[in-house]
Amino acid sequence: MTAPAVNAAAPPARSLSGPGAQLAVRFAVVGALLIAAFVWMGAEQFVNALTLGAIYALVALGYTMVYGIIELINFAHGDVFMVGTFVSLSLLTSLGFSGAVKDPVLLVVLLVGVFAFTMIAMGVVGVLIERSAYRPLRNAPRLAPLITAIGVSFILQNIVQLFYGPFQTNAPQIFPTDWFINVGEVQIPVLSFFVIGVAIAMMVSLQLFIGRTRLGRAMRSTALDRDAAALMGVNINRTIAITFFIGSALAGAAGVTYGLQFGVTRFDLGFQAGLKAFTAAVLGGIGNTVGAALGGFIIGFIEVGAAVAGYTRWGPAIVFATLVIVLVFRPAGLLGQQVGERA
Amino acid sequence: MSDRSDILVADKVTRRFGGLVAVNAIDFTIPEGTIVSLIGPNGAGKTTFFNVLLGIIDPTGGTIEFDGRQMIARPRRVGLESLVWVSPSILIVLVSLALGVTGVLSGGGITLAGLAAVGFLIATLLLAIVRPLWYQTFLLRLGIFRSARPNDMVQAGVGRTFQNIRLFKNMTAVENVLIGMHTQMRATLADGFLSTRRARREEDVADRRAQELLTLVGLRGIGNELAKNLPYGDQRRLEIARALASRPKLLLLDEPAAGMNPKETQDLMKLISRLRTDLGLTVLLIEHDMKVVMGISDRVTVLDAGRKIAEGTPEEVRRDPKVIEAYLGTPAV
Amino acid sequence: MSVVQDLPAPQGTPGFRARAADFGGRHRSTTIIIGMALVGAILPVLASVPPFTAFQNQASWMDGFTNAGVFVLLALGLNLVVGVAGLLDLGYAAFFAIGSYAYAYAASPFGNEVLGINIVATLGDQAGLIFWPMLIIGALVAAAFGILLGAPTLRLRGDYLAIVTLGFGEIVPIVFLNADALTNGTNGIGGIARPYLPGIGSFSAMNPWPYYVTMLVLVTVVMIFCYRLVGSRIGRAWEAIREDELAAAANGINTVTTKLLAFALGASTAGIAGVFNASKLTVVSPDQFTFIISFTVLAMVVLGGMGNFWGVAVGAFVIYSINNVLLKTLNQFFDTVGVPILKDIDFIQLQFLLYGIALVAMMLLRPEGLFPNSRRKRELHAEMTLPGEDEMTLPEVTEEGGR
Repeated sequence: MTAPAVNAAAPPARSLSGPGAQLAVRFAVVGALLIAAFVWMGAEQFVNALTLGAIYALVALGYTMVYGIIELINFAHGDVFMVGTFVSLSLLTSLGFSGAVKDPVLLVVLLVGVFAFTMIAMGVVGVLIERSAYRPLRNAPRLAPLITAIGVSFILQNIVQLFYGPFQTNAPQIFPTDWFINVGEVQIPVLSFFVIGVAIAMMVSLQLFIGRTRLGRAMRSTALDRDAAALMGVNINRTIAITFFIGSALAGAAGVTYGLQFGVTRFDLGFQAGLKAFTAAVLGGIGNTVGAALGGFIIGFIEVGAAVAGYTRWGPAIVFATLVIVLVFRPAGLLGQQVGERA
Repeated sequence: MSDRSDILVADKVTRRFGGLVAVNAIDFTIPEGTIVSLIGPNGAGKTTFFNVLLGIIDPTGGTIEFDGRQMIARPRRVGLESLVWVSPSILIVLVSLALGVTGVLSGGGITLAGLAAVGFLIATLLLAIVRPLWYQTFLLRLGIFRSARPNDMVQAGVGRTFQNIRLFKNMTAVENVLIGMHTQMRATLADGFLSTRRARREEDVADRRAQELLTLVGLRGIGNELAKNLPYGDQRRLEIARALASRPKLLLLDEPAAGMNPKETQDLMKLISRLRTDLGLTVLLIEHDMKVVMGISDRVTVLDAGRKIAEGTPEEVRRDPKVIEAYLGTPAV
Repeated sequence: MSVVQDLPAPQGTPGFRARAADFGGRHRSTTIIIGMALVGAILPVLASVPPFTAFQNQASWMDGFTNAGVFVLLALGLNLVVGVAGLLDLGYAAFFAIGSYAYAYAASPFGNEVLGINIVATLGDQAGLIFWPMLIIGALVAAAFGILLGAPTLRLRGDYLAIVTLGFGEIVPIVFLNADALTNGTNGIGGIARPYLPGIGSFSAMNPWPYYVTMLVLVTVVMIFCYRLVGSRIGRAWEAIREDELAAAANGINTVTTKLLAFALGASTAGIAGVFNASKLTVVSPDQFTFIISFTVLAMVVLGGMGNFWGVAVGAFVIYSINNVLLKTLNQFFDTVGVPILKDIDFIQLQFLLYGIALVAMMLLRPEGLFPNSRRKRELHAEMTLPGEDEMTLPEVTEEGGR
């Protein structure tokens, strides 16, 4: 199987660039970067980066799924995340909890309850938004749903602002923040493990769902070729609604974890957080759920890294600059298909 | 057959998509003033080849020369191009830092050095826009080659129509043709701002020429109709008029007879022949309708599975066993 | 598909309306000048009679009109980018900021020191003379940044461009905020010279008229340029790109440079608005240029009528008035009248909620805006927008399918 020697720069067809080797190289690079980051930041900040990254990853998943299926950047998604923080905090406060819950059984029950409630609630909100604001515009020129999304974003922010005012609101951190696990000489909060664990569990579940279930297949096929999927009997509207539900539910989960982790929230949290999460989705490869997760963690590290290096105030600017750079030089992101290889 | 010069020379053009070789080292020439048809079963690579020809995608190998100038080839060292843009700026900033002039980075403030750096960037951009040929030659000297894009091909003299008719539906017929004339007009931004007499005169001339073109393709009088309101056959003609507006030397027609009834097809064939005889155009046709292909082509090229399998006059090609096999399969033994 | 609207005009002498429209089309600049002069004359008159005098005196009104004018300029510029060329720019405030800071650097002691130049000191009382050339220079500086931002990013697809501009719109104020040494950080740059005209002297905060007239002139000039551009070869190219970018490229239009031009021109208009604004407020600070500004101007363009300059200008004016006058008055009104629930609502806070709702409603019901451009109306209401047949087989992020 000799390729025609048309161009001297054709890649060698041997195993050094084979898929197995490529994967190994990538793992090695990632591993090396992680170790370097660990050494530089210290264990505590390393864990912080992972925690923050986990939250961004959950939000990024919603962006990437929606974009993959209807090619719309859901500007309101970051605000769904923000509403999630408020929903969970209001549930907890109305149940009478305002601080750490030490009883493990009660804690578990509460956590399950608040996650379930918030995720379902936000999922419903997501579907409602899709139905009322995006679906009617599915065939309109691209500008229209984009503008609508911005409008929805503002509506969400201001409804929350109406109820909670423009100032920071406290979220009950029911997961005790003073439980630590000792790793060597370093104390790592159990909460961090929880957040990271929950996020990873959800991401894995999502991958399994998309990869192995009928609905997941419907989602994938709709994302690849909507018309063909419809011809094969896939209910497009329902599939899209489910996508929004799942994406928004994940954002809701991120909202719960954010409240647990940071204890405060504000009506405008969604704007910047959303932008960063979107950066994460693009960085990882828009449309690619594994990429979104990866991107989320990377952004977490960038942000915490900037703080460690003393550039906290520049953090957001650095993240946005990353967005611009990625889109200019490698729009497909890290895991996306290499589009239009200049060749 | 080769007493004319070749207006288009495609040399070993190849295009892969990952493992799939859609176009496999195809040599293809078009003599000036002829009507050439490109045919082949579906999946033969005609569309891909067409797209490479038009600058929509880059080839993975081979070159295409048009009107004596190399237009299309695998891009080389394109990444370096950004360096070209940025290096004068970087140079200026570095030099001023080295000389101790308070530069962009040191606390003293933004100085003329920084402004000059930005100025160079803008100047390079203007050069690229206003004198694109100088810019390209300069890049070539550095070994940087950027393959022609669709609008470059149009400027060089290649016009095209679309398989699925891509008119500007919400513009009138005349406006569509005026867009086609974009490369032929000289009005600049300043002319736009100041509404100069020259610009206005140019617009008047353009309007008249648009009407002439419409008449040429048989659409006199419907100039102010919206493109989307025209019947199908008229839309096809309008697309041709628009393509002609750019004064092409080579006209690429992508399945122009698709969806036409026999009478319309006849009219179309007459129109295309007239383009060749009256306007001296060279025409490349992709078509499935064999009546059209056999009826007006001077030469037919047959592609199958990314390769050229036959080439010759319509008669020769029609009888070529390889062609029959490609379309109909091997005869039963 | 309705054919009625497209029947050829009936034979015979065209009616008055048709003739007026024709005149307006052919002598556009004159129409604009006359129109703006009329508006410019009527507004002060309105401001001096009841019931308008009940709210505030004429001077305050005039001042408000001038401030509204800043937004009118911004809306005109964004209309070029979004309405005419179809590029969604969500970070427009960044160019506004660049224009403002540019003037601050030219016309304030702090700014002069940072740049290492000596304008304020040399000109002394007449420092405001620098305002007039700065209108041009500020426009050019903003345009330069527009080109810097646009050159690498304009080949991205619409949604991506929107996000990138949003990011840029966030980055610029952050830079201004944090680069303390250069920009005085959160305090901003103060002491900016007001414009100075020989004969009138320095503009002042007391007298709204010089600012008012200057703004009128600026709006008129910008509008004339906008209309001329749209009617020119470039304007056609923008429309073609907006309708079908691939077809536009297939007809010889260099889509990247054409889009870049729209972007740069829009940025320069924001730059002019920025220079003016800085000269009126005499202080610039990063918090003047938040996403709220970008969003507000976008709302003005969308609600006013994308593509239609007069519509957008009116939209901007109306929205600004609603913001700064109506909502305040509603608050006062319900407070005094004491309507139970309504008096507890802070309408000013509500304004963005209303914007959001208005934007969504607009997009769903009347995307072409209140004063539509007829062609946009056709585009936006196309029954079935058949997706253009992309002859690409690869998924794409960039418009030209992988280049």
